[in-house]
Amino acid sequence: MKWILVSIIVLATTAGEVLQALGMRHHGEIHDFRPGALGRVASALAQSWHIMASIGAMAVSFFAFMSLISIADLSFAVPATAASYILETIFAKYLLKEHIGWKRWTGTLLVAGGVVLLALE
Amino acid sequence: MTSPVKALQLKTRIFTAIVVLTNVLGNSFLSRGMQSVGELLSFSPLPYIRALFNPWVAVGVSLLIVWLLSHMALLSWADLSYVLPMTSIAYVMVALVGRFLLHEQVSPARWVGVTLIMAGVTLVGHTAPRTHADRKQGTSA
Repeated sequence: MKWILVSIIVLATTAGEVLQALGMRHHGEIHDFRPGALGRVASALAQSWHIMASIGAMAVSFFAFMSLISIADLSFAVPATAASYILETIFAKYLLKEHIGWKRWTGTLLVAGGVVLLALE
Repeated sequence: MTSPVKALQLKTRIFTAIVVLTNVLGNSFLSRGMQSVGELLSFSPLPYIRALFNPWVAVGVSLLIVWLLSHMALLSWADLSYVLPMTSIAYVMVALVGRFLLHEQVSPARWVGVTLIMAGVTLVGHTAPRTHADRKQGTSA
């Protein structure tokens, strides 16, 4: 059961964050953090299907995560979901067309490796 | 006035810090709450809604809403492949909180993990937060 939940979390997190990045890119950079401007940002984002689908996927991931930490320790749950790192970086390169140089790849692999080590007892 | 590059860097650092702190605190409150709620494996939404009335869970969920919003703001100008490794500093904080506040045992393998993450974050921190050029300017400039 633990690992089924982990798989659901990894897939839903990847879908959620990639869709979120797409939606926010379509929106463009947020410059103005005054309440009125943020209200306009919120209403623009509420009409973006990327953002709505992203929130749906992240809700799935969140409830699966809640279930996971009700049956497993947080120190297992957090690192076990690290597979989403590699998956999301691949999507960032090929779908979001981000430029990922050697520093970013090396850094990401170090982070993913470190997170896996955190999962070990 | 600061240069646009410096301003973007500062804004990125501030939002990364907010994302990390709300993530660590939110998950810690949620975890603490779930320990008193008990096992939660259900396809019905009712037990989850009941769990939200636990004060620890409620504070945790509120912090995670701030986390979601600041994460969205950060992604409006920064790359996903930048945000993802940078915010992994949260894992290091979870390990440190576990060791020094909850007095959990942190094995040598976990300390190596913490070191690798710090090295990775340092490397990615030296790359430009935004590599994708053809973004539209924000509507609220």
